[in-house]
Amino acid sequence: MAVIRDVIPAFELFQPTSVDDALALQARHGVKAWVLAGGLDSFDWFKDRIKRPEVVIDLSQVRELRGIRADANGLEIGAMTTLTEVVRHPVVREKYGILPDAAEAAASPQIRNQGTIGGNVSQDARCWYYRGGWPCYRAGGNICYADTPTGLNREHAILDANRCVAVNPSDTAPALIALDAKFVVRGPKGERVVNAEDYFVGPAIDITRMTILKPGDLLTSIRIPSTWAGSQFYFEKARDRKVWDFALVNVAAAVAMSGSSIERIRLVVNGVAAHPVRLTAVEAAVQGKPRNEETAKMAGELAIQGAEPLQYNGYKVPLMRNLVMRAIRGAAA
Amino acid sequence: MAENELAEPKTSNANAISRRDVIKSVIAAGAVSSTSYLFRVSKVWGQASAPGAVDRLITLNVNGQQRRVDVMKQETLVMTLRYKLGLTGTKIGCDQAECGACTVLIDDVPYYSCSVFTHTVRDKKIQTIEGLAKPDGTLHPVQQGVIDQQGFQCAFCMSGFVMATVGYLKTNPNPTRAELAHGISGNLCRCQDYDKILTAMMRGAENLRKA
Repeated sequence: MAVIRDVIPAFELFQPTSVDDALALQARHGVKAWVLAGGLDSFDWFKDRIKRPEVVIDLSQVRELRGIRADANGLEIGAMTTLTEVVRHPVVREKYGILPDAAEAAASPQIRNQGTIGGNVSQDARCWYYRGGWPCYRAGGNICYADTPTGLNREHAILDANRCVAVNPSDTAPALIALDAKFVVRGPKGERVVNAEDYFVGPAIDITRMTILKPGDLLTSIRIPSTWAGSQFYFEKARDRKVWDFALVNVAAAVAMSGSSIERIRLVVNGVAAHPVRLTAVEAAVQGKPRNEETAKMAGELAIQGAEPLQYNGYKVPLMRNLVMRAIRGAAA
Repeated sequence: MAENELAEPKTSNANAISRRDVIKSVIAAGAVSSTSYLFRVSKVWGQASAPGAVDRLITLNVNGQQRRVDVMKQETLVMTLRYKLGLTGTKIGCDQAECGACTVLIDDVPYYSCSVFTHTVRDKKIQTIEGLAKPDGTLHPVQQGVIDQQGFQCAFCMSGFVMATVGYLKTNPNPTRAELAHGISGNLCRCQDYDKILTAMMRGAENLRKA
């Protein structure tokens, strides 16, 4: 791994002021262009000289990508809204409390002041072989260095691995999936709106990307419907350090109760696969059941079915089971 | 053009032009021709008309001063501050958004200046550790807190901690110790002096409330 941190190699910088201009620049420069949001995923790539884009399109001057609009139908959060802005927004705090919980758990204060929600959900894998510039599957090669007898894979996947065993590191992604958010993507063919869970792709679909974004595409905003506003929420992030660290496993749940039983639930974990994992089988199994120890135990055991740990990440299986159990028990438990 | 005025002074008051006026005119002529030179160059490149194109020569507002500086496209703010503007109070620790030694305030909000492209803060107010004390040398209340409590061991991380604290106190002037610890948790100290640092920063917060 080349760690040369004096001056980043030269690139041409563009600072468009509108989404149209940004898309035009992306179309003109194609795969040579790198789209820069907060920049906290990009800087390591640039400084380590592993990604050397010819053109950087900085979105910091695009005002229409910033800010949170709240109305009766829910929220629309511009992709360039910082995590701190999300955490401090009064409506987000009041009605969609799981999102500020997740955003506040991400990284450090300075990073939350700069890092954007669009960047947080679109960030690349943090596998150190990949980030270190090793020519692995995800980098376009034909080997996974983490999934070998001597590979260091303590932080890697236990579910849905396919050649690559990297995980999605986002904290806000599972919270947004729990809230049934829609992601608005603009590209050469116009605008499309996708369900949050469909924004993320695993290695079986595309081993070199974490999301559906292709060159020329831009995530412009995230819409949160009012469906789950004011529901019971649960977010928990397990990590090695109290701050700055990525999740080993995190869990997000939105629960609507009917009397003492679960009427509807959306349950998501991240840090266990290359994409956030929505546990639909568990959701179906706990429907109509009370939030008690018995339900939690059943949900936890069901959640980890099919988990395949690697040499050093076996702990993630009980960790994921226990986090799911805690999410089902709820804050009171 | 200033050159023409210089070249053809009116005969009636030619003797009235003092040496100082001539020097002033020459300076003015220089200023005019240097800006027109820049204008001409950017026109030739055709950069100014392309949407989102960026000029290298920019003006930064640093510690209340307008600083004209030539900035590479790929230059980070900490490089500009330290190596172009001579503001070496801002430190480079990890240079990868982990340690917080490079923390500065941008529009009163703490950022890691190692991970900000200078071109993205053209129209913002940048404050570094050098900009905290008053012109007469009176220290900022948080700086005074460091002295009051002898808060640091080697103090390489100090300017980052002080800037992070000053920024955090703007959003929460009366924090508990736990709140302040969370608020400045983006800064690391290799001496592991956190308890003393936190005591000093709490003292700084107290000084600031009294100030």
